[in-house]
Amino acid sequence: MNLPDLNIVWFVLVGVLFTGYAMLDGFDLGVGILQLFVKKDEHRRLFLNSIGPVWDGNEVWLVTAGGALFAAFPDAYATVFSGFYLAFMLLLCSLIFRAVAIEFRSKEDWGWWRQFWDVAFSLGSFVSALLIGVAMGNIVRGIPLDPDHEFAGTFLGLLNPYSLMMGVTVVLLFAMHGAIYLAMKTDGELHDIISGWIPSLIGFFLASFFLFNIYTLIDVPWVLETVRMRPWVFGVIALSVLIVLNIPREIHHKREFRAFLSSCAVMALMMAAFGLTYFPNMVLSNPEPANSLTIYNAASTQKTLGIMLVIAVLGVPLVLAYTACIYWVFRGKTSLTKHSY
Amino acid sequence: MTAELLARFQFAFTAAVHYLYPPLSIGLGIVLVIMEGLWLKTGNPVFHNMARYWTRVFALTFAIGVATGIVMEFEFGTNWSTYSRFVGDIFGSALAAEGIFAFFLESGFLAILLFGWNKVGPRLHFFSTCMVAVGAHFSAVWIVVANSWMQTPAGYHLEKMVDGKPVILPPGHVVTPSDLSTVRAVVDDFWAMVFNPSSIDRLTHVVLGAWMAGAFLVVSISAYYLLRNRHLDFAKASLKVGLAVGAVATLLQMVSGDFTAKGLVKNQPEKLAAMEGVYRTEEATPMTLFGYVDAQSETAVGPKIPGLLSFLAHGSFTKPVVGLRDLPPDEFLKARHPEATTPEALALVRKAYWPNVPAVFQFYHIMIIVGVAMFALVVVSVFFWWRGWLFDTNRPLTRWLLVALVLSVLGPQIANQAGWFGAEMGRQPWIVYQMLLTSQGVSKVVTSQQIVASLVLFGLVYALLFVMFIFLLTRKIQHGPDGEEESEEMPESWKAIITKTNQRA
Repeated sequence: MNLPDLNIVWFVLVGVLFTGYAMLDGFDLGVGILQLFVKKDEHRRLFLNSIGPVWDGNEVWLVTAGGALFAAFPDAYATVFSGFYLAFMLLLCSLIFRAVAIEFRSKEDWGWWRQFWDVAFSLGSFVSALLIGVAMGNIVRGIPLDPDHEFAGTFLGLLNPYSLMMGVTVVLLFAMHGAIYLAMKTDGELHDIISGWIPSLIGFFLASFFLFNIYTLIDVPWVLETVRMRPWVFGVIALSVLIVLNIPREIHHKREFRAFLSSCAVMALMMAAFGLTYFPNMVLSNPEPANSLTIYNAASTQKTLGIMLVIAVLGVPLVLAYTACIYWVFRGKTSLTKHSY
Repeated sequence: MTAELLARFQFAFTAAVHYLYPPLSIGLGIVLVIMEGLWLKTGNPVFHNMARYWTRVFALTFAIGVATGIVMEFEFGTNWSTYSRFVGDIFGSALAAEGIFAFFLESGFLAILLFGWNKVGPRLHFFSTCMVAVGAHFSAVWIVVANSWMQTPAGYHLEKMVDGKPVILPPGHVVTPSDLSTVRAVVDDFWAMVFNPSSIDRLTHVVLGAWMAGAFLVVSISAYYLLRNRHLDFAKASLKVGLAVGAVATLLQMVSGDFTAKGLVKNQPEKLAAMEGVYRTEEATPMTLFGYVDAQSETAVGPKIPGLLSFLAHGSFTKPVVGLRDLPPDEFLKARHPEATTPEALALVRKAYWPNVPAVFQFYHIMIIVGVAMFALVVVSVFFWWRGWLFDTNRPLTRWLLVALVLSVLGPQIANQAGWFGAEMGRQPWIVYQMLLTSQGVSKVVTSQQIVASLVLFGLVYALLFVMFIFLLTRKIQHGPDGEEESEEMPESWKAIITKTNQRA
């Protein structure tokens, strides 16, 4: 029997973990981005409580994805996080701020207190989404690496227009995803407000996504070369656009859960398109492609990849099972009680 | 300041702030399991009230623990990328296992613990509380395993990439600066890595320290209510649970401390010698109770008990404890410094392999002194409890004891912090003991200016967080438990527990 290539298995698994993070923390970052667009205190509390029970579980996906990247591809982990140093420190601070803002905000009823934490929550969520996108953009575009795989660029170099464009696209994607989640979790007046946002959010996202793809084909030559050889990547992207277009239909028929699943599927397909194009690179070097980190030269030993696979096979089904149960327990519309956020 | 020192300072700062919270989550986790278990067993609404109140305190500590913990997961990559490349094959799997086995469990079931009171039945809720506590303990397991491997590496070999092919290096290979881009540590035996020589001792020590932190938070707040004559039934019952957990943990901690120190004698003698300020190897090695280390004259100044350290280390009052002047041993130094042939030359290079002795001595002694004080406090408190004086707030002695118990929350926190500072500074100059130097582990591409910038950022954010935490905790304490109204909003399935147990009685 042929054993599967463990490096490929882990390329997929790390991708799955980051996709899980995007789908789950994506909606609570999206809720954060939208927080300031409703004014009533009750509505803002409903926003917070819709994600209240699940947000820290969602952030664990990031922690675990980071851990898996460290274990399976230590060189990629080391290069990216030391290379994106200041950007990452900003991301971490933003994540901290939005996390504690959820916990602190409704503990006091002073207006300024709640306004302060609302802004912290919203700004933290916005900056987090933007920086995640900027980091992704740089990974796609390639970053300057030296022969030892150390980052050879600058912080300002990371803020190039292409990566900022990706940042904006991710912000819009998360905002759309968050709005769909909120439509699922609210009713009455607030539900009507949010449902009203969804078509324009979809429009903004699609426009940005379209421009981003054009920009990619112009600014990132290797992508065009690769997808010429792997034309089915276009199929994946086309499918994701079709699914986005399905969302307004589901919303119109009041099938918010199916709209939310569609939105999750869009993210999964976008990540799949990225993975299929990027394979077998982990961190692309631009301008010196020879210095790139791949799933082979960045990887841990076969032994460690094997041990990690056992850990994943034992752990991941368990995690998925009880996470699904917990989302099931908290299904339905969010309501406020005395001890809600 | 060099980038290395700044990076160390940043890691110490972010880890120290983070470590204020997880021990509270672990310790309160145990307390919550006991309280909710008692509620299900007895049907006494006061236990329900307790479980509710302490859950809210738990939620506050947990949220900040998660937020500050994300930083730790990525700091290895941001600030210690050469270290990450070097040990990723081994160290990474422990961190990934922590995510999969511990954090998901903890944060997943936390949803039900905090928000599920009206959504699930009492048994499922209790199960969730247990899972949160188990998850919190698992997280301690994996992170302490990872850290212990840095103290006492095992189950690995070093290998060097030569023309794209790995070549196995012999044990005792000295890592040179030019090795850093080609050599890495590779796992041989996963379980030998997990159960490395110091894992179990240190894990026990850390978990007991966490139980103490959680238990004495409960003790402290309850004692405060008793002194203020507020929420008396709630305070008495909480104090009993907190003190019981705290007393057991404190007593076990004394035993665990002894095991940990004996492990150091075997595995990291330099660290033990630095903690005790022992420079000269001599028979009947004394123990310095408190004082300071004069690094110039290489002596520990302060009251000493002759032979005590020999006894604690070896179980014999005369057998010498090896001092720093003989550590690390000559062979170790000769392998790294072939040019040092005379005893004088060896003595000179030897100092480069010592930790900062005065600081390590101080942190260690703070931990020991606070630990012994906690032990004394527990003995007195249990005596008062046994004589029935503990809740007799008209008795002046009881009032003094309660004041001490209010302050007791600081004890485990100080000891936990000092213990970790002692353990980590005692490992220096190594990032992985006798394998990789801390100076070799830093990120090559991160400049001092960048670290200063992030340090200022974290300094401001963490200061704000800490102030908020203390403020909100104080408000929660002032507000107190909800009392009767809480049971009014209790769902029917939960009220049935009270009725059922009343019928039984």
